Amino acid sequence: MNSTTEELKPEVFEMMIEPPGKWWQLRLKELWPFRELLYFLTWRELKVRYKQTALGVLWAVLQPLLIMVLFSVVFGRFANLPSDGFPYPIFTFAGLLPWQLFSRALSDASQSLVNNQQMVSKIYFPRIFLPMSNVLSSLVDFGVAFIILLVMMVSYEITPSWRMLVLPVFIVAAIACAMAAGLWLSAINVRYRDVKYITPFLVQLWLYATPVAYSSSLFPEKWRPLLGLNPMAGVIDGFRWALLGQEMTSNSLIFVSMFVTILFLVSGLIYFQNTEQTFADVI
Amino acid sequence: MSASYAIRVHNLGKRYRLGARQKYGMFRDNLLQGAKALLSWPKHLGRRNKDNEANILWALRDLDFEIKPGDSVGIIGNNGAGKSTLLKILSRVTVPSQGYAHLRGRVGSLLEVGTGFHPELTGMENIYLNGAILGMRKVEIDRKLDEIIAFSEVEKFLQTPVKFYSSGMRVRLAFSVAAHLEPEILLVDEVLAVGDVAFQKKSISRMEQVARDGRTVLFVSHNMAAIRSLCKSGIFLSQGKLVYSGDVSSAVQIYLNSGVQEEQGGAKVVLKTRPTMPAQLVSVATKSIDGLIARKFPHENPFIVEIDFEIREKDTRSYLALNLYDQEGTLLINSLDFEGQNSFADYPEGRYKAQVQIPAALAPGSYSISVLMIRKGKKTQTLWDAAEEAIIIELIDAGSARSQIGLPWSGKLASLLGWKIEVAKE
Repeated sequence: MNSTTEELKPEVFEMMIEPPGKWWQLRLKELWPFRELLYFLTWRELKVRYKQTALGVLWAVLQPLLIMVLFSVVFGRFANLPSDGFPYPIFTFAGLLPWQLFSRALSDASQSLVNNQQMVSKIYFPRIFLPMSNVLSSLVDFGVAFIILLVMMVSYEITPSWRMLVLPVFIVAAIACAMAAGLWLSAINVRYRDVKYITPFLVQLWLYATPVAYSSSLFPEKWRPLLGLNPMAGVIDGFRWALLGQEMTSNSLIFVSMFVTILFLVSGLIYFQNTEQTFADVI
Repeated sequence: MSASYAIRVHNLGKRYRLGARQKYGMFRDNLLQGAKALLSWPKHLGRRNKDNEANILWALRDLDFEIKPGDSVGIIGNNGAGKSTLLKILSRVTVPSQGYAHLRGRVGSLLEVGTGFHPELTGMENIYLNGAILGMRKVEIDRKLDEIIAFSEVEKFLQTPVKFYSSGMRVRLAFSVAAHLEPEILLVDEVLAVGDVAFQKKSISRMEQVARDGRTVLFVSHNMAAIRSLCKSGIFLSQGKLVYSGDVSSAVQIYLNSGVQEEQGGAKVVLKTRPTMPAQLVSVATKSIDGLIARKFPHENPFIVEIDFEIREKDTRSYLALNLYDQEGTLLINSLDFEGQNSFADYPEGRYKAQVQIPAALAPGSYSISVLMIRKGKKTQTLWDAAEEAIIIELIDAGSARSQIGLPWSGKLASLLGWKIEVAKE
């Protein structure tokens, strides 16, 4: 859909509606005039998220905390997985934080188009805002859980260093990963509802393939860059490096991860924008 | 070069692959297809498009027209003529397969009311959310908030989650938001048929006001009366093609006349057999008073509507309704089968034939007849079956005194009233 809304003179809009253009054209410029809608959709997600729950936003804290306890008992105590000299609970919590952001955003975003079928088939708006609003709203849960992490750091007497300043890079990387997965899955879901059943399984599998409960130092040094093919591996190693002061298990792992993330996101965008045009016909 | 148009459509077309619209696509099917394609790969190389040609449906094809700024245009046509597809393309919900549409002005579309309403949010929150979805800026909503609230008549419940609203309240609130959308080009699809009669009236007059404000309005409806009162121009589509574009009364006229040629003779409609339905209509036909199937009658004679129907199960609590509309879509007669008996009685299983005589009371012209089969529930009525606008009859003036002296017909009813005239005595 090669249609552009451009402002010629103030107050004069023109629009050309034509068959789809070239597949590689990313039409990100079109999103700007609709920016308020992204805000409202994110706001809706947040408003609705913990409606009619007794504990409300407390769940944002409880979920990672409970998993942390579970992991600490099962992996830390029974399986005795090494945590590179850090107390296992905070070691795993620092990994769970971005992981929860990622998995939550991914699961919500993958259903976003199908759950808003009516909107997609009746109104024009940049469809990308639906998965995007899910990713953005999971940032709020992330923020709440982050406070818990800070509290834990104080109680474990871990002093933050200048590396904290680099943390936003890894947060952005986690968001990019979630966005990429959300774009792919939500677009495929429009045509194949199988996605709904695959997603929980995928998230589970991905969790075990990612060094959340264990450390990437478990692998021989020369294989670690391969671990980076999983973009979340780099994010989580980065988190532990920035927050806990853990040494990088492998520098190339981070770079491989960053590269894969960018590839993943751009391909997701292209796939989404090319299928977007038929969403209303197929959904 | 600055030709004065708000919308120009050139060579516009939309193609659907049949079967592609099925709701749940499955990996399995695709895998199977892929496997088949692989097996027959050398043979069919490069012939894929040709093979698919038969599976392609053009919902719209080769459409050309222009709409002037400030014009209000009614889009009419039978179901499946491509009206909604056209609106979907113009509102960018879907993309065309060929040609282009050039729009000058901000576009707002109302393809459905209440899109994006969230049951957990309050009325007030939904106003903002829905407004944003329809393309309103927040400042714009702030400015119109009071108007929207007043129009909706639900001000008392604005802080209540919408899930506790009655369906009527929800629709009123949704329409109020939509009605305050003020783009330069407004696309409306049959959304006026919401709410109770009073609210519908209010909605229509709101639309009329929008049209008078000099906005360009495209309006899709089956309601010819609404089209005539709202629109200056009309576009008539049939099977995806443009048949007529011009002033509204000609468009409506051509549309109504076209319906006549469809079914064979058009005087009898046989409905599809649906064996799983507990009750259904079998056929509807019109007959002259002599019992001959026809759809043209002298207006001075009564005629008969014959309805065949079948009851397959006990306790279907069915009754029939016959509606007669004039050309503008105004309902003139609504008659129910049990009214003659003065009480409702259920039909035992079996096949029935009903004959309804319509007295000679209507002025010459075309009228359409719909027959509905309804289940009478305790509180609600549900539809078993419907033959809507099944038959369009024509009442012909076969030499009335009025026509002999060249006077046109006027008024809907043509009963000869008993004029008693005598010379007045002083």
